[in-house]
Amino acid sequence: MGSADRVAAIEARGVGMVYNRKRTSLVALEAIDLTVKKEEFVSLLGPSGCGKTTLLKLISGLLPPSAGAIMVEGAPVLGPQRKIGIVFQTPALMKWRSVEKNVMLPAEVLGLERKKSRQRAQELIDLVGLTGFERKYPHELSGGMQQRVGIARALIHDPSILLLDEPFGALDLMTRSQLNLELLRIWSERRQTSLLITHSIPEAVFLSDRVVVLSARPGRVLDILEVSLPRPRTPEMRVGRKFVELVDQVSRRIGLEYA
Amino acid sequence: MRISSEEKGGRAFEGPQREPVIALFLRSPAVIRLLKLVLTLFLFALLWEAACRAFQVPSYLLPAPSRIFAALFGPVSFLGDGLITLYETLLGFAAALVVGVLAASAVVVFPAIADIVMPLLLMAQLVPKVAIAPIMMIWLGYGLLPKIALAFLVSFFPIVINTASGLSSLEKELLDLAHSLEASRWQLFWKFRVPSALPLLFDGMKISITLAVIGAVISEFVGGSQGLGFLILMANQQLNTALAFASLLLMSLGGIVLYALVELAERILIPWNLSEERWVKAGGL
Repeated sequence: MGSADRVAAIEARGVGMVYNRKRTSLVALEAIDLTVKKEEFVSLLGPSGCGKTTLLKLISGLLPPSAGAIMVEGAPVLGPQRKIGIVFQTPALMKWRSVEKNVMLPAEVLGLERKKSRQRAQELIDLVGLTGFERKYPHELSGGMQQRVGIARALIHDPSILLLDEPFGALDLMTRSQLNLELLRIWSERRQTSLLITHSIPEAVFLSDRVVVLSARPGRVLDILEVSLPRPRTPEMRVGRKFVELVDQVSRRIGLEYA
Repeated sequence: MRISSEEKGGRAFEGPQREPVIALFLRSPAVIRLLKLVLTLFLFALLWEAACRAFQVPSYLLPAPSRIFAALFGPVSFLGDGLITLYETLLGFAAALVVGVLAASAVVVFPAIADIVMPLLLMAQLVPKVAIAPIMMIWLGYGLLPKIALAFLVSFFPIVINTASGLSSLEKELLDLAHSLEASRWQLFWKFRVPSALPLLFDGMKISITLAVIGAVISEFVGGSQGLGFLILMANQQLNTALAFASLLLMSLGGIVLYALVELAERILIPWNLSEERWVKAGGL
């Protein structure tokens, strides 16, 4: 891809995380080395409880690492940062706010100009395919639609990096694969660096430039696989031979660890 | 005619938010429940009336509903006393709402003071209010003030507890979102915590308003010269049981109306919560 000249968007060096409880301490992550290039789409794949969410929290600056250092766009992470948008496991919408107001929330908190952010909110609502639902409340939306609102909200302050913490985990398979396509489209339009946590191997392969496989707890990087499918990706690719091979390759890489 | 029917169709299509408040209220589960209640009470009163007549129960023991009804419109006017009790109840409740919400907010925003405030609140709650009522008279005299104070004391605890747990019940992910945006303490409180606390606050208000009635009446019992509580006391001394029952009836009717008003306020102020709840209740009916 000739991306050697790009500055790393996310860089983790020797990152470890230990949760200290009263008597025991839990090692969540160990010696994580990870680089995500600008405009790259990377997936983190690993068994439950391997510290994927912890890693996301470290990158977003919500937690300080116990060891190592994390750099975002060349600057060390010392706390939360504007250049990051987060999509959570649950839609985490405010049920007292309409779709539009939910999307605008980060802009309000950050004190961005109201008129501009309203216009941007409309663009994003259109982008995630919720045109006409601006005034609806979360309880009037399906799970998939709620998560679309979550994605639009994460993008409202124009972050250059998008962190997605298993955003489609709770959705049915049809909605999920549809949202995969949507995410792909959004990414190809906006090109924000994306780091996606997922349990789904096909999802990881279909969306990503690279798939990072983590081990069971304590989470370590087992392997990093390049996804050699060309861009733009199309739904047909999901039944192609190459895709199936890649999924199989990743599956075996994960299966090996369990053997 | 055609235009109006089209208008109706358009309105229905827009969803529950746009309906007029009255229509919403009439079709609300609360009103349906109220109708059920009234019907049940009516049947119960019929049975009661029949039993009193059949067995010729003396009125001072158990007055028949017809006699209670007669007492309602008899020589004693309930209006003045009813309004007094209502006034005490509402002021006590209002004070409970203000103080309760402030106390809960203080405890949640400054967790350090929770260790001091919460045990004190608990102590205040655990003291039997009937025992406090005479002390209130000594401190505040025999006017309306001690009654309001007691209504306040009885009713503020549910507000504090519900508001405090509402304010701290913010979804974990929303809290992460707030932190990731570096929301100030003020923003976190107003934009995130307060709205998410409203449903629980309204639940607390529903409990609280009924308790405020009880508080006011207890206080009138202990040392009053007016109000529904005082009326019951007088009626009992004169063995005018029908009058006592009439006062009790008014009191509970008043309580139900106040409760319904809180529910109506909830429906209007936080429709997003009720429209969700309605499904649950509809399933349960």
